[in-house]
Amino acid sequence: MTMRPDPTFHASPKLAMEAPPEHFAYTLLLSPDFKKPDALAVIDVKPGSKTYGRIVHTVTMPNKGDEFHHFGWNACSSALSPLAGHAFIERRYLVIPGLRSSRIYIIDTKPSPLEAKIHKIIEPEEVFKKTGYSRPHTIHCGPEGIYVSTLGGGGKDGTQGPPGIFIMDCETFDVLGRWEIDRGPQTLHYDFWWNLPRDYMVSSEWALPPQFENGIVPEDLLANKYGHRLHFWDLRARRNVQTIDLGANHQMALEVRPAHDPIREYGFVGVVVDTTNLEASIWTWWREGGKFHAEKTATIPPEPAPKEKLPPLLQGFGAVPPLVTDIDLSMDDRFLYVSCWGTGEMRQYDVRDPRKPKLAGSVHIGGIARRTPHPNGKAFAGGPQMVEISRDGKRVYWTNSLYSTWDDQFYPDGMPGAEVMANVGANGGLELAKDYFVDFPEGYRPHQIRLEGGDCSTDSFCYPSV
Amino acid sequence: MSDVDTTALWLWLAIIASGLFHGINPGMGWPLAVSAGLMDKSPRALLGALLPLSTGHLAAMLLVLLPFALLIALTEWQRPIQIAAGIVVIGFGLIRLIDRRHPRALARISPARLALWSFAVAIAHGAGLMLLPIYLGLCATSSAHDGHAAAARVIDQNLAMALLVALVHTAAMLGAGGLLAWLVYRYLGVRFVARSWFNLETVWAVSLVLVGAAALAVNVAEWR
Repeated sequence: MTMRPDPTFHASPKLAMEAPPEHFAYTLLLSPDFKKPDALAVIDVKPGSKTYGRIVHTVTMPNKGDEFHHFGWNACSSALSPLAGHAFIERRYLVIPGLRSSRIYIIDTKPSPLEAKIHKIIEPEEVFKKTGYSRPHTIHCGPEGIYVSTLGGGGKDGTQGPPGIFIMDCETFDVLGRWEIDRGPQTLHYDFWWNLPRDYMVSSEWALPPQFENGIVPEDLLANKYGHRLHFWDLRARRNVQTIDLGANHQMALEVRPAHDPIREYGFVGVVVDTTNLEASIWTWWREGGKFHAEKTATIPPEPAPKEKLPPLLQGFGAVPPLVTDIDLSMDDRFLYVSCWGTGEMRQYDVRDPRKPKLAGSVHIGGIARRTPHPNGKAFAGGPQMVEISRDGKRVYWTNSLYSTWDDQFYPDGMPGAEVMANVGANGGLELAKDYFVDFPEGYRPHQIRLEGGDCSTDSFCYPSV
Repeated sequence: MSDVDTTALWLWLAIIASGLFHGINPGMGWPLAVSAGLMDKSPRALLGALLPLSTGHLAAMLLVLLPFALLIALTEWQRPIQIAAGIVVIGFGLIRLIDRRHPRALARISPARLALWSFAVAIAHGAGLMLLPIYLGLCATSSAHDGHAAAARVIDQNLAMALLVALVHTAAMLGAGGLLAWLVYRYLGVRFVARSWFNLETVWAVSLVLVGAAALAVNVAEWR
């Protein structure tokens, strides 16, 4: 317990933007063939540093086959909630779930990121026993502690009962139990986030474990059996209050990005693929008159490609779907970054008018058919995937891998791990930094990135940016 | 001024001081008023939040004080009750010192229910207990004036005193918290929320122990 709130906690998004820039980027490393233990890489991102753009520390886990995916902090700016009255915890521990193993690692980043080490390991049995859920995924710190979304229910293949969210204590990391009291029609899960003062949560749907663990199941996709709904929840009452179906053809509604400024009651969600035309889409959701609404506000078309440039999975279509697998919203809620993992493009939309996104910038890198190299000349396999934005909005970092088995289906020629960064122009526009290209150890692929002191998909705020 | 009047004066000052202390403690809710004002873009919403926050706090004070208003009507038991109250307050302070975990149930209260939140937070932190020994002291000084009054009248007096103590305390709290909320809302900005936020848990727990110990010492000494 500290005497003052952690200096990386900020009352409003504006204050977070004014804070000192990040010096380290934490990146998850996964061993796609499960031959090595997964790891956490600490990357130096301090401009001018001798080791800039290189891994300066690695925490290697003691187990194999965890499949690291997403992760998060034990505490963030949400601790300054006027309701909590208890801001005296530190942003100190990274909570890393193994998506395949259901094991959860707690990593201590103090006294220095260069000395990060394992603090605690929560074995899968504890998660199964206390929650009946499996395959932990998204981590957010909030009013009741650490919230963890899961993709699987009980049983070996995770299909016994629906997946959901469970709560962990933010200091002891004890698994406390299920979060939902009334889940309504929700049976699938992926991402979730919230508006704390307005007291609502939004969650999305990917798929059940048999639909992703051994690769994408094309028959299920074409039969529209992946997730396509958004669920809106009363956060404190833990009740599902509304479900919006985006339409069965809008397969895989993934990342949910609410506006950071809590006065704004809207947000976005990305849809991976429309099975009628291979388009990807961005949807805007908002609350008005006590009800939630959602509409498709941007689409990204597939790109035709000759059969020989396509993996077997796509040869019948003669085109590359954009595959929007991640989106991220800048701290000032101005730019939405959209990863097109299939076509190899990072798009930047101006979303100041949230229901009319305007394309403001774009860079091509990688891609199934385009295979655009990095401007420094290096090859970039895969496409832009997990994206993270610096708090000040000036730098956008991303990695290239989606998920072990899916990588192999869409990019069968292999995918050496890569992490790149683009600088953002004052009025939009993106340009890849020639001097930032992180090489990863042989046999590892990078996934989500977390920035020292918080980033644009971690912190939630309780006061508006006036 | 007689000794009894001097004692009463100090006790009233203690009531006001504890109100000011509760008011500036962010844990008792002034940042909620700032948030309400900012979220609704209206100073009226800030004032509107102060009302339920004060009501909840007042109710929590009364919940602790009122049972004792009835109890100490048993005048021959006045000293033992005061001593027992002192021990309870010390005990609660010690528990707060040792068990630093925040009651998780508080996190389940919706941000829309400010009065309930304020009530629950005050109860959970023993805010009313801090007033209890002071209140009992005031009751003792007023009965010292009266000599042997009828039990019914003593109860009425004690109830009126409990209401007055809770009102004065809550008014002081509202004044301090409201002023701070207004300054942050209007002039200082939300940066001040994190800047001003000191960990008062220890100070709070220690002040409970001190208030209880002072009451215990005075009463044990006078009893003899």
